[in-house]
Amino acid sequence: MRGVPYRLKRFFLYVLVAGFCFFSSAPFLIMLINTFKQDKDLYRPQNNPFIYNFPPTMDNLKLLFLKTNYVGFLRNSLFVGVLVVIITLLIAVPAAYSLARLAGRWGEQAGIGIFLVYLVPPSLLFIPLFRVIAKLGLRDSLWSLVLVYPSISIPFSTWLLMGFFKSIPRDLEEAAMVDGYSRLMAFVRVVLPLSLSGVIAVVVFTFTLTLHEFIYALSFISSSAQRTISVGVPVELIRGDVFFWQSLLAAAVIVAIPVGFVYNLFLDRLVAGFTMGAVKG
Amino acid sequence: MQSPTVNRVAGRSPGRRRLADRDGLLGALFMAPAIIYIVALVAVPFAIAIAFSLADVTVGDTSLTFVGLQNFRRVMDKEAMPQFWRALSDTFIFTLTAQAIVIVLANILALVLAQDFKGKWIARMLIMLPWATPISLGTIGWLWIFDSKFSPIDWVLQLVGLLGPDTLLGPGRHMNFLGREELAMASVILVHVWRMLPLSAVILMAGLTSIPQDLIDQAEVDGASFWRIHFQVRLPLILPIMSIALLFGLIFTFGDMVVVFVLTRGGPVYYTQVLATWAYFTGIEGGALAQGAAIALFLFPLLLVVAFLVLRNARRTEIA
Repeated sequence: MRGVPYRLKRFFLYVLVAGFCFFSSAPFLIMLINTFKQDKDLYRPQNNPFIYNFPPTMDNLKLLFLKTNYVGFLRNSLFVGVLVVIITLLIAVPAAYSLARLAGRWGEQAGIGIFLVYLVPPSLLFIPLFRVIAKLGLRDSLWSLVLVYPSISIPFSTWLLMGFFKSIPRDLEEAAMVDGYSRLMAFVRVVLPLSLSGVIAVVVFTFTLTLHEFIYALSFISSSAQRTISVGVPVELIRGDVFFWQSLLAAAVIVAIPVGFVYNLFLDRLVAGFTMGAVKG
Repeated sequence: MQSPTVNRVAGRSPGRRRLADRDGLLGALFMAPAIIYIVALVAVPFAIAIAFSLADVTVGDTSLTFVGLQNFRRVMDKEAMPQFWRALSDTFIFTLTAQAIVIVLANILALVLAQDFKGKWIARMLIMLPWATPISLGTIGWLWIFDSKFSPIDWVLQLVGLLGPDTLLGPGRHMNFLGREELAMASVILVHVWRMLPLSAVILMAGLTSIPQDLIDQAEVDGASFWRIHFQVRLPLILPIMSIALLFGLIFTFGDMVVVFVLTRGGPVYYTQVLATWAYFTGIEGGALAQGAAIALFLFPLLLVVAFLVLRNARRTEIA
């Protein structure tokens, strides 16, 4: 594109950026606008849907937080998310170190094998797991999700951390071991502190995964009080003929924006995991 | 440089040190919980899925009686259950169409994001939102956008004179996106594109930024045009990464049930049913666990193909 004036190039660039931003964020923008709309504004097809034809109102948010189970959904998701993060870290951190340093030649193969497990879609396993959960007496209990979610988060987290541990020079541990540390202590005292940002990326990834997961939460849990956010909002708040659209859209956007913000902070680490180390970031 | 701490560590009981120092044993111990977890909650359920599909298990009656391929015969019976074949073909149509669009758009978006411009961080965040947000919540926004009465798209189309009496898309005042077969299918595809585009784009961007700038400079010095550089230098170099983006897109779209479940529930009639939703409606809501398991198992062959491609890809990038 030499020959094209610099300013014109910049102009095209910004047009493209604006177009993609609009495509991605328009649904959220509409959710945000509708959150504060009055009924007589929203439910008249002639009204401009992008502006406030009547003054904005807080009533929809009040309805959402005071009259629905929304706060309960948030609390349930938080409960499941925190526990799954803890379980994932306890299992994936040692496994990743084992694959990166201790396993030797089969480590790489086992790593790819574990990564492939991440690709198994929950829609393939939810029916047998539904039976397993019933047998364990965990139906309708959040503990069913606490038990099952790590089976999705451990594979990806192990893979992500394995790449991280490999990027730390072996010399550091070896020096520590020459100084009298055991292998275990060298790992805990030297490698782990250096991998903090990888561990945080795993925390973010695992937590968002528990927020996203739908099919297990839909199948294992049937009482409204035990629903998590991803299922509770579309299933419980849409039930029946009366749609409280503003509250429904508010319920979605309130979760979307903070999650999107935090996710973006750790994007580069997550992408490194997704590219399977084919790109050294 | 021996610090007091280190001396204390060195002075520990020899038995303990030996365990903590034996790499092989420690490696196995570190690996064991992850292996146990994956076997118990992925491998075993998969075996149960196969067992279910060959037995007559339902939600009410959980005794496993071997019935051979009867479940497969029943779900594949075109007369009694045309939904299955529709679900199978829809799954492929949605996945392949969405991914074809995604990979084209992602290439453009990745090129854009690889540039430096003001407000890039904010732009990147807005573009990532559809992927970062729980898809069940994002789809709710689309449910409103496609609403049969209040769709903002309808409003815009009416405003510019494309919809309504005596217009191109008229005479009705509404598109009724989710109530008409082709439009409902297109809507599902659009939401899948919207959701997968961010991930594919950032993966491709990672590939683009890893290309040494020297190569691009050299091509420019040699007088290659922008497009020539793109297709003959960049594209071949990011091809392995692009295949990874494609594989993720295929897997995530193929097994997804959320978009269809929230947007159309498989409707109108059963024209947007996919394998995952049909397995759910049959197995969990309908109580026919065995048939549900049989339907879900149809996801497995594609998974095998993708697993094979990932492995081949991984080996190739290793050599490179």
